[in-house]
Amino acid sequence: MLIYTLRRLASAVPTLFIIVTVAFFLVRFAPGGPFDMEQPVAPQVLENLKRAYSLDQPLFYQYLDYLGKLVRGDLGPSYSALDFTVGEMLMRGLPYSISLGFGALILAVFGGVTAGVVAALHQNSASDYSVMTVATVGVTVPNFVVGPLLQLVFGLMLGLLPLGGWGGGDLSHRILPTIALALPQMAVIARLTRGAMIEALRADHIRTLRANGLSNSIIITHALRGALLPVISYLGPAAAALVTGSVVIEKIFAIPGVGAYFVDGALNRDYTLVMGTVVMLAGFVVVFNLIVDLLYAALDPRVRYE
Amino acid sequence: MVAQSLVPAERREAMNEDLKDPILAIRNLKVAFATYDGVVEAVKGIDIDIGAGETVAIVGESGSGKSQTMMATMGLLAANGQAQGSIRYRGEELLGLPPKALNRYRGKTIAMIFQEPMTSLDPLFKIERQLIEPLMAHSGLSRSAARARAIELLTKVEIPNPAERIDSYPHEMSGGQRQRVMIAMALANKPDVLIADEPTTALDVTVQAHILELLRGLQHEFGMAIVFITHDLGIVRRFADRTYVMRQGVVVEQGDTGELFTKPRDAYTKMLIEAEPAGRKAPVPPDSAIVLSAQGMRVTFRQRRGLFGTDVRTVEAVKGIDLTVRRGETIGIVGESGSGKSTLGRAILGLVPADGAVRYDGALIHPTDRHAMRPLRRHLQLVFQDPYGSLSPRLTAGEIVTEGLLVHEPGISRAERDRRAAGAFEEVWLDPATRHRFPHEFSGGQRQRIAIARTMILKPTLVVLDEPTSALDRSVQKSIVELLRHLQTKYGLAYLFISHDLAVVRALSDEILVMKQGAVVERGTVDTIFTNARESYTRELIAAAFLDNPDGRSFT
Repeated sequence: MLIYTLRRLASAVPTLFIIVTVAFFLVRFAPGGPFDMEQPVAPQVLENLKRAYSLDQPLFYQYLDYLGKLVRGDLGPSYSALDFTVGEMLMRGLPYSISLGFGALILAVFGGVTAGVVAALHQNSASDYSVMTVATVGVTVPNFVVGPLLQLVFGLMLGLLPLGGWGGGDLSHRILPTIALALPQMAVIARLTRGAMIEALRADHIRTLRANGLSNSIIITHALRGALLPVISYLGPAAAALVTGSVVIEKIFAIPGVGAYFVDGALNRDYTLVMGTVVMLAGFVVVFNLIVDLLYAALDPRVRYE
Repeated sequence: MVAQSLVPAERREAMNEDLKDPILAIRNLKVAFATYDGVVEAVKGIDIDIGAGETVAIVGESGSGKSQTMMATMGLLAANGQAQGSIRYRGEELLGLPPKALNRYRGKTIAMIFQEPMTSLDPLFKIERQLIEPLMAHSGLSRSAARARAIELLTKVEIPNPAERIDSYPHEMSGGQRQRVMIAMALANKPDVLIADEPTTALDVTVQAHILELLRGLQHEFGMAIVFITHDLGIVRRFADRTYVMRQGVVVEQGDTGELFTKPRDAYTKMLIEAEPAGRKAPVPPDSAIVLSAQGMRVTFRQRRGLFGTDVRTVEAVKGIDLTVRRGETIGIVGESGSGKSTLGRAILGLVPADGAVRYDGALIHPTDRHAMRPLRRHLQLVFQDPYGSLSPRLTAGEIVTEGLLVHEPGISRAERDRRAAGAFEEVWLDPATRHRFPHEFSGGQRQRIAIARTMILKPTLVVLDEPTSALDRSVQKSIVELLRHLQTKYGLAYLFISHDLAVVRALSDEILVMKQGAVVERGTVDTIFTNARESYTRELIAAAFLDNPDGRSFT
């Protein structure tokens, strides 16, 4: 298991290398540059700026330079947020995004799995149809509709919860953004769980339990463990997406997370910020996929890594 | 033939028509399934009685309703199934009970084991948990007491090292061991009735014999009634006191097993009994030309392990086998699953990488490149075991049959291909008009004929038959065996017949190779192997295949 984990981490290096390379050249070939302002900068100033950030060097040299710094953990200076390095910006925003994302992940998993199991156990009943209808709505209604709607109802009309802001991490500030962030994922997980559970309940070994006169709770325990396997596979990328922040949710609820950097970096041609967010997201995907695979092995004894 | 039984002879006499005091009484049972094509009646009003401690067989081919009868008893019908009538256990009506009430009987007084030992245990849990759950639920044992009892049960079903093996996962056990675990689970609460639905069909012949012996021993010990649901008449004849013969949802005949076999009244029963493969193959003239010869066939599979996949383990699936086939000759290759018999067949056709030399018609075809092999492929054909998986569901039967012509005779017109498809259908005794249908519209036996037609259209000289009859009912097997015989005589075909079913092998082969763990342990003519086998392994295979009926004739 340890060897497997090490091997997986080792194999992440070439993956990350390819992602970084592709992202580096893609963003460089996009038209425009980090110092394009509405009012053109004086040529002499532009030249000085470029020299200061080594942008006057040949592209390939810049690429090697970036790689070299990346290996040492240096994501470079931000071109738009002066006096800040990309590393500092991410470190400042990540705690908010991770904290919010994990809350949403836990809510999505528990809510989604429970709803899916209930629907599967009462297949084609009223409760099944209502769960699935809510799930479909959850998938189709975008979070820029759900977010303001929650603010309107719970913040303005009922006055129960704050409209936005982090409030020093106070629970009341987290409830609405967590729900808004979790809802679409919960819907997907509910649908996945329902399908997997229906399949699991038809399996031969569940028939064995029935033939042995075992109670429903035992049958559900057995079926659920099998049904969770496809859900867990889905969770890797989903978790990475949640903890690296959501632009929309963080903007709507005024949370200083990293979600905004994806958009800001790309719009400002802030090369190092774009690269930083890409590296961060890729790193999370690699790590979460590894966690998922280890979890898979823990749940399914037939899967053993050597 | 008198079956060994706990029930005294005079009582068996009385049971013949009307059982005095059945513990399980099924009356006018009807089972119907609501499908998209309307309601399908699987069981059409049958009566079955099971007496205490007796062994009853319900025989019939697939689709006869024999399994659904017992599924209805256990409340295990699929969601679209509906049972009507009456099923009484010691006077208590079971039919229509809600699951909770039914659980007072299921797994406690009536237990069931299934055909599929590979999938009937939960792969995600240790067998310990699966064994103690019924004990804790029905007998109210504590966890540790249940574990002790489970180890005791595993000892009874002859699992070696039960105290250790109880902590295994199902995938760490063989099929036979899993079926033993299933039996242990069923016996956990000392049931009165054990329903065994094709308990040995999915197992190797030698394992079958052991499981059946085990069941017989346990029946003596526990004094329970056993209901065998089976299509295997060997099991029926050897174990059952009484037999019900089912066909299309109806019991066509019932009675004392010995009597039923000696004096069957119903035409269908007679047909079933006579469906055992019989007869022998006519010998090949000694001057018959050699079609194919293989020398030193060796197949090695590699598994990579370790941090960088440097630790390579090799498994020898086939360990250096020589083989020669003449025109019109059939070589039977027998052995248990995992013995390498299928791999050998594929290696000879060049379908798996192998070492060794294969000559076809004198010319070296292995080793050779794929390109040079292609024109020869039409002469060397293969028929698979599973007639469901080996036909593409999206092509019509006619398209499937003529697909090989697209490769080997690309010049011929569509009309000509269709004409040849019709011809090939007639050749395998199928109605040519059915060639526009899709595979799912055919029965298993018909599909296997389509698979044979697909090879025959290319006019091959050698056909590798990989368990071609194993997935089929006995009576259907018989017609496939006859078809294969007919085609062999007509075209002088050479067959490599791979099977674990020695009854069929004996009816078709000239020479037999007995394989075990990748090597040939014994080879010889059919007569030598069956009358004078040297190896105990061979004798075990034969004994298992024919159970108590070693002369292999039909039951007369």
